[in-house]
Amino acid sequence: MRQFLIFSLIFGLIGACFSDVKAQDDLLDMLKADEPAEVNITTATFKGSRLINGHSIMTRRKGSLEFLIAHRFGRLNTGAYELFGLDNANVRFGLEYGILDQLTVGFGRNSFEKTYDGFVKYAVIRQQHGKRNIPLSVTVLSSIAINTLRNEVLDRDLDFTERLAYTFQGLIARKLSEGVSLQLIPSVVHFNTVSSTQENDLYALGAGGRVKLTKRLSLNAEYYYRFTERDFNDLQDPIAIGIDLETGGHVFQLQFTNSRSMVEKGFIRETNGDFFNGDIHFGFNITRTF
Amino acid sequence: MKRTSFFLFLFAIATTLFAQKPLITRTGTTIFFSHSPIEDIEAINHQSTAAIDLAKREVVVKMLIKHFEFEKSLMQEHFNENYLESEKYPSAIFKGVFTSETPIDLNKEGTYPVTVTGKLTMHGVTQEISCQGQLVVAGNQLTAKTEFMVRPEDFDIKIPSIVVQNIAEEVKVTSILPFNISN
Repeated sequence: MRQFLIFSLIFGLIGACFSDVKAQDDLLDMLKADEPAEVNITTATFKGSRLINGHSIMTRRKGSLEFLIAHRFGRLNTGAYELFGLDNANVRFGLEYGILDQLTVGFGRNSFEKTYDGFVKYAVIRQQHGKRNIPLSVTVLSSIAINTLRNEVLDRDLDFTERLAYTFQGLIARKLSEGVSLQLIPSVVHFNTVSSTQENDLYALGAGGRVKLTKRLSLNAEYYYRFTERDFNDLQDPIAIGIDLETGGHVFQLQFTNSRSMVEKGFIRETNGDFFNGDIHFGFNITRTF
Repeated sequence: MKRTSFFLFLFAIATTLFAQKPLITRTGTTIFFSHSPIEDIEAINHQSTAAIDLAKREVVVKMLIKHFEFEKSLMQEHFNENYLESEKYPSAIFKGVFTSETPIDLNKEGTYPVTVTGKLTMHGVTQEISCQGQLVVAGNQLTAKTEFMVRPEDFDIKIPSIVVQNIAEEVKVTSILPFNISN
């Protein structure tokens, strides 16, 4: 009988010990067992809503408001007299609002050609893994701009519609890794008014990306190839190189570019600086999110 | 003697085989709260999961870092991307045991104070945690509540000097885990 008692005790103890070692992992396994498949939407493909001059795939979260101030100074090759361009500045103020997580609207005013612009941006496809695997993000952008400069060339006033230009872009991006993201940007720029030698539509393909240097600093580049108007006046393909610097609630973007305009139709179609000849504008974008 | 040993034998079997099945929840709430002179920051995770074994007095809590919601989207992005690095360390896991002075009876409504000790793994770092909590039996539900402080520094979470004034050195963690008592 005594043996039976000891046996019971030992059996109980072994059981208890065994379960102590194993049990917490068993509990964890129970939790993991019927875990629903997660939808992992890739976040922070880019830090800002702009790659440099143009839009990135990023939309603002529902209900968030972003104030954006951008400057493009004069050309570096104007020399010390113009303080390497800093004496001149184009400014764009903008406000952007997330109606839905995937839908952002915004408007702005650019001092270059006294242009007002508005845009709608919709994230159609978002890169994700888990429940569904989608390798790319696709955002579509439609922007409209009106040049309100007084007309001093023609002897008549331009109609409102004659002053309008539209840009339609497909923004296609992939975050390859924590540090590297790439974006392709097929674009159409439509001017309602063009010279007799121009087509109303211009097609361009943009490409750009970012490489993170540290957690809060990234190096960005952006380039648009125009398929038409290549030997037109002195128009050039827009090139931009910059950095994104992130602090608390701000993203600072500092860049060098041959474009003066900060509106799509402007920098894609009206860039006239020769980057490799020193027609480079220093500039910055600052955003504050509320 | 015979009877005692028989009961002991039954007890041994009962503890290992017939103990009540662990309870599971997937709708727990976990809150991070940081108070600083400049601002209060709160992040809420409504999808915390947990399993509790009342017989063995063990508890496991697991949640995904990306489920923490902040009022400001940029903060949430920084929290995931720079501070907790949720792509690299997707979840926070607590494994522990609890003690209670009175036995927990699921058939009797009441509040049972408990002491919880265990290991919290977050951002790839494991730290010992010990805290007070409560198990509340009400109706068809057992709710586990606990509150403790963690130091981001202890979990190798680096806070850049520019925002060091905005984030508390100790962050309050509150967990509320409702379990349905089914059997």
